[in-house]
Amino acid sequence: MSSKQNTTAAFVRTDMLAQKAPPTGQVGAVRWVRENLVSSPLNIVLTLLGVSAVYFLITHLGPWFTNSIWNAGSLAECRAILDGKSGACFGVIKDRWHQLLFGFYPQDSYWRPTLAFVLMVVAMAPVLFEAVPRKVLWFSAVFPAVAFWLLWGGTIWLPALAMLGFAIGYAAFVLLQRVSPLVAVIGAVLAPVVWWLFVSGPLSEAMAGIIPIGLPAIQSHEFGGFMISIIIGVTGIALSLPIGILLALGRQSDMPLVKWICVGFIEFIRGVPLITLLFTASLLLNYFLPPGTNFDIVLRVIIMVTLFAAAYMAEVVRGGFAALPRGQYEAADALGLDYWKSQRLILLPQALKISIPGIVNTFIGLFKDTTLVVFIGILDPIGLSSAIRADSNWNGIFMELYAFIALCFFIFCFGMSRYSQYLEGKLKTDHH
Amino acid sequence: MSDAMADRKLDRSQMQVSDEVAIQITNMNKWYGTFHVLRDIDLTVNRGERIVIAGPSGSGKSTLIRCINRLEAHQQGQIIVDGTELTSDLKNIDKVRSEVGMVFQHFNLFPHLTILENLTLAPIWVRKTPKKEAEEVAMHYLNKVKIPEQAHKYPGMLSGGQQQRVAIARSLCMKPRIMLFDEPTSALDPEMIKEVLDTMIELAEEGMTMLCVTHEMGFAQAVANRVIFMDQGQIVEQNNPHDFFNNPQSERTKLFLSQILGH
Repeated sequence: MSSKQNTTAAFVRTDMLAQKAPPTGQVGAVRWVRENLVSSPLNIVLTLLGVSAVYFLITHLGPWFTNSIWNAGSLAECRAILDGKSGACFGVIKDRWHQLLFGFYPQDSYWRPTLAFVLMVVAMAPVLFEAVPRKVLWFSAVFPAVAFWLLWGGTIWLPALAMLGFAIGYAAFVLLQRVSPLVAVIGAVLAPVVWWLFVSGPLSEAMAGIIPIGLPAIQSHEFGGFMISIIIGVTGIALSLPIGILLALGRQSDMPLVKWICVGFIEFIRGVPLITLLFTASLLLNYFLPPGTNFDIVLRVIIMVTLFAAAYMAEVVRGGFAALPRGQYEAADALGLDYWKSQRLILLPQALKISIPGIVNTFIGLFKDTTLVVFIGILDPIGLSSAIRADSNWNGIFMELYAFIALCFFIFCFGMSRYSQYLEGKLKTDHH
Repeated sequence: MSDAMADRKLDRSQMQVSDEVAIQITNMNKWYGTFHVLRDIDLTVNRGERIVIAGPSGSGKSTLIRCINRLEAHQQGQIIVDGTELTSDLKNIDKVRSEVGMVFQHFNLFPHLTILENLTLAPIWVRKTPKKEAEEVAMHYLNKVKIPEQAHKYPGMLSGGQQQRVAIARSLCMKPRIMLFDEPTSALDPEMIKEVLDTMIELAEEGMTMLCVTHEMGFAQAVANRVIFMDQGQIVEQNNPHDFFNNPQSERTKLFLSQILGH
């Protein structure tokens, strides 16, 4: 009698089967090719098409890169060297890289944005990677003021006193906590706003008169290139996530006023193109501001880009909240956690984890959308490529500049994409 | 009937019902929209009582115990838990919730936190217990539910029975005076039901005030001092387990018992 189970004959297993290794199949390159490239007639056709496409690209683009000229002062010189052959003229990058990076920022001050960029990497490290000591977060907190001072220059007192506003808000919160939590929140918002609007400006002028520490001031219209893309992109990314989270929470709120303000904001901002918001920032806003107010154009653009991304972010985060089982809310409630604690400790970490792909999507979109500022006269890399062409030396050069700009954007965006995958892997908790 | 209880002899030395009232529900009504889900509920639970609430699905038994820690709000009547009346006052609600432990059908552990973090979260953030002390308490209760070796794993890596025991330990870490169980074994494989019931029996032996919505009639007979039968949002019959099972009074109860015990 075989050991197969039979419906009529009784069967009792006397010894349990031990684990066996799976059957060893054929391995190696030949098998891979057979299974993946030539497994069926259709597959063979597709493989041939794919190979010829790759061949076409290499034979046509290859010489353009291999013949490329890096040492040329003008397009004419470049063409003379090439002598009719196909080839890229990357001499323009070598000649004008500083403009593509810094725009018309004064050359003797290039160290300022460069230092700001290096410090930005330091400030981002503890936010992105757990292994970095937590104390570096203090630097991350003051970095915005440091970067502002390095980039725009002027007296150090303005950014320093602006930072002090946050400390004042915190102090107000702690002091008023004794009165009531609601009063504490109102105080924490009002105190710094009053400080920024009425006190910090005159005080910083006074302080600058007494202790003049400062860098030469540089105006926003001198900013340009990847520097401006990174300033707008990074600020927008850093601000849009917290604002988006607050909007998402507000949209779910039980308080009708909060809810409808958030819904109205999100739907309005999502319903208009970014370019109209940018035109509003550059043209219309001046009509609403008191005459003579000098509201920095870069700051206005940052606000618009941030609000735009925040509206998308709010919906992405809301999707994350919606994916959480009802039981998570109930378990947090049942343990006696109040609203903010259960949001911060239980719901938000899970909702954000679910939303990572969507959040990074929005970040990447925001970063690439910074190129739209060219339409309101800010010289981002695309704008500078036109400016470079305006020089008779480089009149008529397109592909090389665009390829370089595309490569730089790709590095940033691909970096964000890889980081999001790393983060998703790190936060995975559902397997052994 | 479940025979999970068969091999267990209860230590009744500490299973004392005192005169002190733990939960007082008076003339309570609740609606979901226009649907009258709980009708004129009157229930007094004394400290040390072990009450099993049974009834067909949709009878409102889960809703009843979820009203006791205000996961559901009632619209009429009064619920007083440990001397605190449940109203829309958030302070009172948080106070009651930190005194009343709850165990859910689907465990509801926090998947992004380790077992130990699941257990220490509420003590640290609600009770302001120092982290080290909270971890000691957590390990004590993990030992009690017999899975201390899982402390640093994530909930997703544990079996259903283990997760439910962690959920019980998580509630116990808040040192609750009352425990609510909402069908704690309904989502478990039969092999795992016993390990969870054993944990609940140990709690009962220590004199915990317990309200359990469950279909484990063996547990009800062995552990409960009172069985409540609910149907259509109202309490139809309540009695000690012996009389409830052997001598049910209402026709509805008889029908229910014949359906769940009849085979």
